[in-house]
Amino acid sequence: MTLWKTLGVAVKALRRNPTRALLTALGIVIGIAAVIAMMEIGNGSASAIKSSIEGMGANSILVMSGAPRHPGGVRQSAGSAISLTADDCTAIMLECASAAAVAPIVRSSGSQAVAGNLNWVPNLIIGTSPSYLLIRNWKVAEGRCFTEREVDARARVCLVGQKVVQELFGGNSPVDSEIRIKNVTFRIIGTLQVKGANMMGMDEDDVIVMPWSTAQLRITGFKSGSASNTSSTPSSSPSDLYPATGVAFYPEQASNLEKDTLLTPKFERIDQIQLMAASPEKVGSLVREVTSVLRERHRLKEGQEDDFRIMNSAAFMQTLSGTSKLMTNLLLVVALISLAVGGVGIMNIMLVSVTERTREIGLRMAVGARSRDILKQFLVESILLCLVGGLFGILLGRGAAVMVNLQLGWPIEPSPGGMLTAVAVSACVGILFGFYPAWKASKLDPIEALRYE
Amino acid sequence: MEAKKLFQSEKFPLIELREVDKTYSLGEELSVPVLKKISMTVEKGEYVALMGASGSGKSTLMNILGCLDRPTAGEYFLDGEEVGSISGDRRAQIRNKKIGFVFQSFNLLPRTSALENVIMPLYYTAGGLSNSEVIKRGKEMLEKMGLSDRMDHAPSQLSGGQQQRVAIARALVNRPPVLFADEPTGNLDSKTSVDVMNLFEELNKEGITIILVTHSTEVAACARRTIHIHDGSIVSGAFSPAGAISGCAGLDGYLRKGEQK
Repeated sequence: MTLWKTLGVAVKALRRNPTRALLTALGIVIGIAAVIAMMEIGNGSASAIKSSIEGMGANSILVMSGAPRHPGGVRQSAGSAISLTADDCTAIMLECASAAAVAPIVRSSGSQAVAGNLNWVPNLIIGTSPSYLLIRNWKVAEGRCFTEREVDARARVCLVGQKVVQELFGGNSPVDSEIRIKNVTFRIIGTLQVKGANMMGMDEDDVIVMPWSTAQLRITGFKSGSASNTSSTPSSSPSDLYPATGVAFYPEQASNLEKDTLLTPKFERIDQIQLMAASPEKVGSLVREVTSVLRERHRLKEGQEDDFRIMNSAAFMQTLSGTSKLMTNLLLVVALISLAVGGVGIMNIMLVSVTERTREIGLRMAVGARSRDILKQFLVESILLCLVGGLFGILLGRGAAVMVNLQLGWPIEPSPGGMLTAVAVSACVGILFGFYPAWKASKLDPIEALRYE
Repeated sequence: MEAKKLFQSEKFPLIELREVDKTYSLGEELSVPVLKKISMTVEKGEYVALMGASGSGKSTLMNILGCLDRPTAGEYFLDGEEVGSISGDRRAQIRNKKIGFVFQSFNLLPRTSALENVIMPLYYTAGGLSNSEVIKRGKEMLEKMGLSDRMDHAPSQLSGGQQQRVAIARALVNRPPVLFADEPTGNLDSKTSVDVMNLFEELNKEGITIILVTHSTEVAACARRTIHIHDGSIVSGAFSPAGAISGCAGLDGYLRKGEQK
């Protein structure tokens, strides 16, 4: 008996009692529908969680200068020795395959910003490159971000956080206004979107962001030692106030002009490098690549301690993977339970059906069906029920997910893999739970079966 | 050896039982002999009735003859082939090809059209026929039974006589040489019983060997020969007499009885 014939016989047998077939398949329909809906909603929320955690910087890492060790054994805080340079940054960008974006960071705090008759000391002045906003997933609310060109030109432009807008401009649009920091005029070219407090509770909107070269030159100063010099040295000479203009007020300015050029190694020094890995999974390899690039560039010998520190968002990563793992496991358990229930339902009805159709089985045997034909027929019936149930379940599950999306606004994400698995699983359930009734049917004695009342 | 001889002679009976025993063992010690050293023959084209009281072993004999059951001892030749000791699957094939069954309770598949019921055995035929051939044969069979306008009717939409005719069509769809009928008129009123018996008569004239099991002497009278079985042994009529094929002596009487009702 070929498979096609068996299929035909099974279809006819099922069509003879459509209500029973429907009720039998209902368990599988609901089981698969639940699994598909859960998968779609689960996937949707998992990727929503993932993207929001990524927005918080899950795949970004921060390279800081290490704590210097003096021969005397005095140890200073991290970042107090400046070992990172803008060239390190370029090298990382060129050599690390896992890096999606790199931004040098020059930080300064405590400088007073003045606009009109108002003044305000922002929490932080950040000198960086345009990719910083990309890494931090920070959008420009109004205006534009500065360009690489403006970084190269050390243009006196800046973006301000919403807190600064509030304090210095009373909420009015500050774009194209000017503010003064350390007596240097900066043009505001844009405002940043509200970010809120960071993990440490610091207001992230209380910032001014500008090109790192500008920050280095105009804000942190170019004193040797620490780039993050926060003390504002009173500037008195015009050349100190306008060092980049290149206007020689006095012939003696030659030494200052020399400091203006970026060739000066001290100028190259930056506080931190912020990096973004191509994906959260690549954070580990990015850390390894950055370590090897920096060790090479800093000429550190084997066994010598790193003169920099790499911080990644391990906590975020743990939350991310923990959450999605928990979700996946939960879904798996729900899927298994509902499918097991559906399968037991199929087995139940198939057993009842075998008893009910004892005479039919006897008759089929009497007219020439071998026991394996009977086994095949019942097995194919239950697999068919499960498959058709599975397909309807997929449709129902998709429908439910779309309904949830439309009505409740939960994010959903269709999973073709999940659908394939559902079909495979329902076929397996059909075989697994259909086998016993089919085997029982095939073992009937035709004489007994024909006499069965 | 003997089987070979039979083939060589080219004149072997369609059915031949040689000293067939059937014993049901109910546990270790207790065994119930149902058939004791049964030997019998049925020639091609015969019309035989099998009679006996309940518990005489006639159903068991029928099951063995119908290849549904195996003898405990002895040999059974069907169409020259020893079938008493072959595997279950092989017996299923024999049942499919060589034997047609008609049951007292029709045993039609419910909610299935008459045509589907008739062609059901063809699904299990090894080698298989094309789908159109299967349908064609089923239709032919139903037409022959006078049911050409009832092909799409489910059993519940048919009368008892019509149902039994569908069952006979099903039994004959694979063109078996022998038809077994187990109390074929047991569930029918006398009028339709007569119809069915007439049908058997016609089929027998066409050359189909018919073996029917019955309680009723009237029904048995339609057959050319009656095998009486009592307590597991054949009392009379085990072997076919010389001129087995003759007129139906009892049919006229049976017909009259049906008309009286």
